[in-house]
Amino acid sequence: MSTIKLSINGQEQTVNEVDPSTPLLWVLRDSLGLVGAKYGCGIAQCGACTVHVDGQPVRSCSTPVSSLEGKQITTIEGLADDGKLTAVQQAWVDHDVAQCGYCQAGQVMSATALLQAKPNPTDEEIDQAMSGNFCRCGTYKRIRAAIHTAAENQGEKA
Amino acid sequence: MSHLNPQSDIPDPILAELFQQTESALAKLPAASLGRRSFLKLMGVAGGGLTLAVGIAPQLAEAQDREGDLPTLTAFVRIAPSGEIYIYAVNPEIGQGVKTSLPMIIAEELDASWDDVIVEQSAIDSRYGRQFAGGSLSIPMNWMALRQAGAAARAMLVAAAAKQLNVDAASLRTDSGAVIAPDGQRLSYGSLAEAAAKLDVPKRVPMKDRSDFKLLGKRITGVDNEAIVTGKPLFGIDTRLPGMLYASFARCPQFGGVAKSANLEDIKKMSGIKDAFILGAKGTHADLPSGVAIVGNSTWSVFQARKQLKVEWDTSKASTLSWTDSAAKAKSLAAEDGEKVVSESGDVAAAFGDAAKTVEGFYTYQFASHAPLEPQNCVAWHKDGKMEIWAPSQTPQRAPASASAATGIPASDITIHQTRIGGGFGRRLLNDYVAEVAAIAQRVDAPVKLQWTREEDIQHDHFRPGGFHSLKGAVGADGKLSAWQNHFITFAFGGRPVSGGSLASDEFPALNVDNCKVTQTQLDTGTPCYAWRAPGANAFGWVMQSFVAELADAAGRDHKEFLLEVMGEPRWFKEGNTRSLNTGRAADVIKLAAEKAGWGKTLPPGRGMGLAFHFSHSGHIAEVAEVSVDANKKVTVHKVVVAADVGPIVNLSGAENQVEGSVVDALSTMADLEVTMEGGVVEQSNYHNYRPLRMRSTPEIETHFIQSEFAPTGLGEPAFPPLAAAVCNAIHAATGHRIRTLPFSKEGFSV
Repeated sequence: MSTIKLSINGQEQTVNEVDPSTPLLWVLRDSLGLVGAKYGCGIAQCGACTVHVDGQPVRSCSTPVSSLEGKQITTIEGLADDGKLTAVQQAWVDHDVAQCGYCQAGQVMSATALLQAKPNPTDEEIDQAMSGNFCRCGTYKRIRAAIHTAAENQGEKA
Repeated sequence: MSHLNPQSDIPDPILAELFQQTESALAKLPAASLGRRSFLKLMGVAGGGLTLAVGIAPQLAEAQDREGDLPTLTAFVRIAPSGEIYIYAVNPEIGQGVKTSLPMIIAEELDASWDDVIVEQSAIDSRYGRQFAGGSLSIPMNWMALRQAGAAARAMLVAAAAKQLNVDAASLRTDSGAVIAPDGQRLSYGSLAEAAAKLDVPKRVPMKDRSDFKLLGKRITGVDNEAIVTGKPLFGIDTRLPGMLYASFARCPQFGGVAKSANLEDIKKMSGIKDAFILGAKGTHADLPSGVAIVGNSTWSVFQARKQLKVEWDTSKASTLSWTDSAAKAKSLAAEDGEKVVSESGDVAAAFGDAAKTVEGFYTYQFASHAPLEPQNCVAWHKDGKMEIWAPSQTPQRAPASASAATGIPASDITIHQTRIGGGFGRRLLNDYVAEVAAIAQRVDAPVKLQWTREEDIQHDHFRPGGFHSLKGAVGADGKLSAWQNHFITFAFGGRPVSGGSLASDEFPALNVDNCKVTQTQLDTGTPCYAWRAPGANAFGWVMQSFVAELADAAGRDHKEFLLEVMGEPRWFKEGNTRSLNTGRAADVIKLAAEKAGWGKTLPPGRGMGLAFHFSHSGHIAEVAEVSVDANKKVTVHKVVVAADVGPIVNLSGAENQVEGSVVDALSTMADLEVTMEGGVVEQSNYHNYRPLRMRSTPEIETHFIQSEFAPTGLGEPAFPPLAAAVCNAIHAATGHRIRTLPFSKEGFSV
């Protein structure tokens, strides 16, 4: 058992009495009460647990918390700025993407990372970047459309 | 037809009764039910505003009245003096959109501005009527009752305004949350709410003409969307309570196995573990199974301990189901009739004797897991002899019975809270996870969250049963369908057919062909099966609509023309019953889908177009798929055109979402999803070997609704069944190959 310091959504967090092999997902959900990242498979197959580590999308279910000291972690809770949704989040709302909604936090995190790297992705680039995120309800058509809308709106803002 | 069959779909008598009552009441609905006659009951005033509750769907209430039962209350509207309109969403939200669509129905008749509406999830309480998500029934069973709820509240607000202005109520109208006086003065609902709540409640109120709908039929975005994209706690798995502990529960890999002993002392010594103990089976096979519980201070600690757990199981009475053996047995029965005759008409032997062309086909489809993305979980808190449970359940009103069976605590001392649900698909009609967490919580002096792993969720599912259809069909010298014969080899559990394990006597095309013989044989599974999105129909649609296409080909006929001919003259199969097939509605969607897809147009080599229609859950739906197939049998589904008649659309965005999702789900299931068992042990475990469709394989999907005058019906299921047949018919058009085994990866195809 260890004490681990994490930087999450710009805030320093100290987690006590934690097994260093614990995946970040369970520290977020059980220890810190950040439940936006979801448990779906535990083996980095479904993407429901996606967060950003130093800006890159990672599967928090398979990332030991001990590997994250000194890194910047961003979760779905850290995207909106003072309640104002990001272009990606707003596009998700406007396109009414969600059905059950369980995978969507992970989808939004992957899409956000994609648009940071490629502000105007093609359908092929979207399919590639989103290939690690599974939606059991089958909302892919709307996810793709929402990413294009977010790209346009981000472009206008910039 | 393949609506939920209470005899075969429901593993316990209480739930069977629930569905049966709902189905039979809906069957009595008049065919055109946008009428005004209805029924209303109201409850008192609360919180200074207008509080309104209405009876369950009027037809249900009348049915119950005849039986001497009082109808229970089902929905609330509160109008705050400040103008906010609070509407309770009473049914479980599993992704089918009812948390948005049901309140929209109330808001429409209330003439409220949707911007003023705040939707809240209601408590679980019998006064709200039947709170469940299943059978695509939420819309049809609530449609009239919720319209009356809104219309009655509107009438009371108008009456209050008339009194205040000292004018005749008939001189007033309403618009967007206000009563409008003849001189144009606007009185907001908020300002009238308190006075309105003191008035007598009108017994029957007129409702809007459909042409006056302002909200229904529009695209309205989901009420939880913002909470979803900002990661707010919504789902069962997000439940956190002070001092909460975490639990894992190990079940026997073979269904029905009993835990004899386990290395409990070793487990209890592990870091973060508080307790470990064996539980015996209680209740029905869908309640508490025998197993080993591990309780600890985090999900990770109990998952780690679970990996070290060693259990000795008594498997003497456990399932030994083998997919290989079942398939071999089915093949051996293919040439015979089944043990039970489902339907028989005309002279099948003579028709085959006179046939111009005869076709035979043996169709096989796989077991499938529900695999909702939110693995089963549940939170329970046992204190002072009572229990409180937070359950992501499709049947929360049934949950106390499961918890009671597992604990002996009276159901009346068990309180259920409903949560948003990360995918249902029928899996959560069962409450086994409720029974498990209740039994665990009874032994623990703290709130407990039970968390299933993904592996447990897939392997301990109650599966969509596989099945086999040995088909023979004939066309006469006139090129028309003249005979149909099917021996359906399916499964039973404990001597009862499983969900999706029996054909109805009127299953298509039994009533569309003069000479028909359908029989079935049920093999015992030992492994439980249960309702899986569009039970029965999810497989029968593929089988029947593929084989009709085979017969059209044999006759040298255009499939669309052949199918329309099989449908015959426009008629109800059960006159006036909206739960039965209407061949006129069928023909209309078949023609519309074909027209929108460009049916008959010339396609490049390697491309093909396929059509299918299937009726289920009152939905008349036709789909046309356009595919291409390369030399490696890789299938690209370019486009799917869907034409649907489910009556008036409540929320267009939600309705389109259900169609799009059903198409993707059906394509995913037909392509590569498969659960196999040997020796009763499930061979798949997680998404690496149970591989759902990803974004890159998603086709373009185009949806067209015929918004007919019939009563609106549900859309969570009926767009699923036609898809596989449409795609297989398209593959046949492109390649000449007829797929008779699903998933089609078994025949070397991929997406």
